[in-house]
Amino acid sequence: MTKTCTFTLDGKTIPFEEGETIMEAASAAGVYIPHLCHHPEFKPHGSCKLCTVNIGGRLGAACTNRAADGMKVESETEALNADRRALTQMLFVEGNHICPSCEKSGNCQLQAVAYHLGMMTPHFTHFYPARDIDASHPDVLIERNRCILCELCVRASRDVDGKNVFGIGGRGIKSRLIVNSASGRLADTNMSVTDRAAEVCPTGAILRKRHGFTVPIGKRLYDHQSIAEVPVAGMKEPRRD
Amino acid sequence: MAFPLETAAHAANLRRVVIEPVSRVEGHGKVTILLDAHNKVHQVRLHIVEFRGFEKFIQGRPYWEVPVMVQRLCGICPVSHHLAASKALDIIVGARQLTPTAEKLRRLMHMGQILQSHALHFFHLASPDLLFGFDADVAKRNIVGVAAVEPEVARKGVLLRKYGQEVIRYTAGKRVHGTGSVPGGVNKNLSRAERVELLGQIDTIIGWSVEAVGIIKNLFIDHAALYKSFGRFDSNFLGLVRADGALDLYHGGLRATDAGGGTIFDHADYQNYYEYIHEEVKPWSYMKFPFIVEKGTEAGWYRVGPLARVAQCDFIPTERADAERIAFKAFDGGAALSAPLGYHWARMIEMLHAAEGIKELLLDNDLSGGDLIVRGERHLRGVGVIEAPRGTLIHHYRVNEDDQIVSANLIVSTTSNNQAMNEAVRQVAMQYLDGRQLTEGLLNHIEVAIRAFDPCLSCATHALGKMPLEAELVDADGSVIDRLSRDTV
Repeated sequence: MTKTCTFTLDGKTIPFEEGETIMEAASAAGVYIPHLCHHPEFKPHGSCKLCTVNIGGRLGAACTNRAADGMKVESETEALNADRRALTQMLFVEGNHICPSCEKSGNCQLQAVAYHLGMMTPHFTHFYPARDIDASHPDVLIERNRCILCELCVRASRDVDGKNVFGIGGRGIKSRLIVNSASGRLADTNMSVTDRAAEVCPTGAILRKRHGFTVPIGKRLYDHQSIAEVPVAGMKEPRRD
Repeated sequence: MAFPLETAAHAANLRRVVIEPVSRVEGHGKVTILLDAHNKVHQVRLHIVEFRGFEKFIQGRPYWEVPVMVQRLCGICPVSHHLAASKALDIIVGARQLTPTAEKLRRLMHMGQILQSHALHFFHLASPDLLFGFDADVAKRNIVGVAAVEPEVARKGVLLRKYGQEVIRYTAGKRVHGTGSVPGGVNKNLSRAERVELLGQIDTIIGWSVEAVGIIKNLFIDHAALYKSFGRFDSNFLGLVRADGALDLYHGGLRATDAGGGTIFDHADYQNYYEYIHEEVKPWSYMKFPFIVEKGTEAGWYRVGPLARVAQCDFIPTERADAERIAFKAFDGGAALSAPLGYHWARMIEMLHAAEGIKELLLDNDLSGGDLIVRGERHLRGVGVIEAPRGTLIHHYRVNEDDQIVSANLIVSTTSNNQAMNEAVRQVAMQYLDGRQLTEGLLNHIEVAIRAFDPCLSCATHALGKMPLEAELVDADGSVIDRLSRDTV
């Protein structure tokens, strides 16, 4: 189907197919809207709120709002980016994100978004929450200190792997990534290192064991380009690794 | 046990002079001197006032993270920790023999580290004392002062360090806190183009290193009485040597010799270092006091670092550095071998060795090989030892079946020199301060003695929950009224 409908994003005309979200249409057009919980392979989640844009005077998530013909959308405004920066800072202080020793550094979307948004400090007081590591699985590690509750692993395990290994337990600030096994341990699930859920984490919360730091500095995804510059092969292609 | 001048009999009645912070060293420390009304010295202590705790907080971390995490101990010699941890984890992942590319790339990284750290110490930190005098005007006694008076010396010092940092960047990805070494090998090789680029400057670097050895050698010749006696004391030495007795800063067996050059042990397998070295804790310092088990706490303390290594090795496997080693050992019948300021001379000989070694390695095609990582049978325990710029560095880890660190023990070079540094400042205090009116210049003599060891105080304090605490309530006459103590955990 040819694209006949358009909307404007920061003044730029963006074509879209009927049913596409603002995020999908923008990505297909090569325009970056900051996001963390969105992934083109999975159903929109709308939880991180980083992709909040101004849609004809009201605020909405670009990943959940469908594009409409003639719509005027603003994304790269000072106010929206300030909000995004504050949201990112809150994500940093709510967890324990120690980039200097994290194997995901250079490939981490949270870190890359922070750089993109010009986040210079965490700004807010660190919570330093006590979170645990689940190293019980022979090939996959859960590092809850770095979890931002985007639920990409939940969606990947449920919708792609068909295993339903992950879930979110608790409420509010006590929300946490949980594992659907009687013991709560990853070792007691049918999770496999080849599962989509093992690869989809945008931070370093779910990792393949024993592979950390094997990619040298200079060869990592965001070493030479910002997250906004990472080429998008197509709307259905992931922007990240 | 307590050493002479370690603890005054009646501390409460004495005047306390504090040098805080000790400047031009890495990390935070202070020296306290207790004097009586006649300026007679009764107690001198080097205190390490910072606390790091790495041994504790890496517990539970995945083991492959450790080489990157523990190097944050230090901003000057992170490569040493990066490699010592990697070597320990090599054992854990069953990589007892690395590929030639991996081993040579790590050796190159380490040579870059030795070069930059030694240049930093000699030119930036120590040269102001050596060039201007220990009690020179404090406003001039710094690297800016050196640049003003001896601009070529300062320039070469800065560029020597820069070159070492570049070697690190090429091999580890960053000048400081890179990620090049991983358990079982390395994550990159060096392209031919990169090697050619580094080789372009290496002859200049070697030439400047020869000049640097000449600077300190001439200072020893011109001021022999001062340089050979300043803070002098005898001690045991400890360091790695290659199987043939050569100086090897990356790998080898442990050699310990006594003050007379007699062998205490030789080519000891460092996987069992704890059979040879124990650590003592004292209530007044966060830094532990290691000692050679066979000789006990009183006589078993030792020196590590350039002086120990150059004094102990049978030869240096690069030509110019070995010629300088021979001259160093022959100076005044071996007078430089037990002198704290001999550290500077030995350090520059090692810098020359590193420069020569970098050239040898850069000409080796193995550096551009593609076989980077090996793995073998898993083990739950591994020890890695390397000769860091400041001396023998020991990393010891245990992991569980889930790949998490269970325990760690780090014996850092500066920790090994703890007693020796205390001994040096006490000697200097007796030689220069005792009975005299203290001045800034005299107090700087104390710092000169500490600086000779190039201490890295922030590297050296890790134990958590192991320190014995002892509080004493003392009356004006020095009598203990009450005592409260918590034993070692």
